[in-house]
Amino acid sequence: MKIKVTDRTGEIHNLDAIEGWRVMEIIRDHGLAIKAECGGACACATCHVYVSADWVDQLPAAGDEEIDMLDSALAVEENSRLSCQIIFNHTLDGLTVTLAPEDL
Amino acid sequence: MNSNNSNNFHTADVIIIGAGPVGLFAVFELGLLDLKCHLVDILDKPGGQCAELYPEKPIYDIPALPIVTGQELTDRLLEQSAPFKPVFHFGEMVISLEKTVDDRWRITTDQETVIEAPAVFIAAGGGSFMPKKPPLAGIQDYEGQSVFYAVRKMEQFRDRHLVIAGGGDSALDWTLNLQPIAASVTLLHHRDGFRAHPDSVNKMRALVEEGKVNLQIAKIKGLRGKDGKLAAVTAENDQKQDFEIACDTLLPFFGLTMKLGPVADFGLNLHENLIPVDTEKFETSRKGIFAIGDINTYPGKLKLILSGFHEAALAAQQAFRYVRPNEKLRFQYTTSSSELHKKLGV
Repeated sequence: MKIKVTDRTGEIHNLDAIEGWRVMEIIRDHGLAIKAECGGACACATCHVYVSADWVDQLPAAGDEEIDMLDSALAVEENSRLSCQIIFNHTLDGLTVTLAPEDL
Repeated sequence: MNSNNSNNFHTADVIIIGAGPVGLFAVFELGLLDLKCHLVDILDKPGGQCAELYPEKPIYDIPALPIVTGQELTDRLLEQSAPFKPVFHFGEMVISLEKTVDDRWRITTDQETVIEAPAVFIAAGGGSFMPKKPPLAGIQDYEGQSVFYAVRKMEQFRDRHLVIAGGGDSALDWTLNLQPIAASVTLLHHRDGFRAHPDSVNKMRALVEEGKVNLQIAKIKGLRGKDGKLAAVTAENDQKQDFEIACDTLLPFFGLTMKLGPVADFGLNLHENLIPVDTEKFETSRKGIFAIGDINTYPGKLKLILSGFHEAALAAQQAFRYVRPNEKLRFQYTTSSSELHKKLGV
């Protein structure tokens, strides 16, 4: 199972995904540049990603905590999610996301 | 600078940069060796990431504490280090580290506190917590003149046309506090929902009703201005239409993020924003400067709080040799040493 991640230089990475892992953890484990400062506590908004249009509706909706925390993310769009709040499972095989810009 | 006569001048046995869990435990380990510490932290409270990012989050990998929250861990470490009477300097960032003529280390903070000591522990975790800067083209050109990430003096914003961006407590608090003195206030937020305290949100909405605050639900997209003087903020509404909000000041409040900051200028070897150390003393490339916790790197490093505790204990041994070069270091156990019991007040 894979997820497809576009980094901030535009390079696309096909990453092996593990059932039960947070998408943030999968991205971090592969060494891509994702800060994820709070380590998955939904407390920092530094694991912000954009979900590709064809996947937006296939993900479980963001909870209140995530929606609130997205207020602290930069350059938020309709397809913004915090990748620490998406738990990977087999139905997400092929999930495609793009790393959001970091602060300057 | 005649800092030696000022109230802001201190001497210590060891200066600890960062009052997170590892810095706090270092106070304990150094205290057992009779070394007195001053700690500096950019946050206004102890605990570092544990207190700032996840005070309520359970941590499961602290030895002998099957479950503890970030705040509980902080509180317990404070209790454990209390007998050694550490001196805290909160809300200050160390901006320079230099050698004195008598071969000690001197740090200076952004609040002009100066501390000298024979040894320094850098326990700064992921770096300093600093405001997030939105990735808007050219924003740096406006910083300090038209763009501010914090309010130090409210008077600075009297009669100015403000755009305040964000939806948390900082954004709402400053909207409420600056509205009476500003020429105009626009609160710009990407959704019509706010995670700030409900009371603040209600007050803000009342001001919007009265026409005293302009609330715009839109995404911040860009800046327009010249020579560091902002003329307008560009935003995009939910119809994907761009519009401008005329203003002379932007206050973005998107929370904090960790940045290495001035540590990068301390003259230490760095590797990918981490400080390489040996694994015997956890000393950096400069004698007497140690790095412990998440900010250091060495073969096999694991960024765990427990690793930082171990590093603090070993670094303390070497620090003793620098601070008390003429004394013999005698390792003692807290279980049996009456001398240590006395220090601990037990």
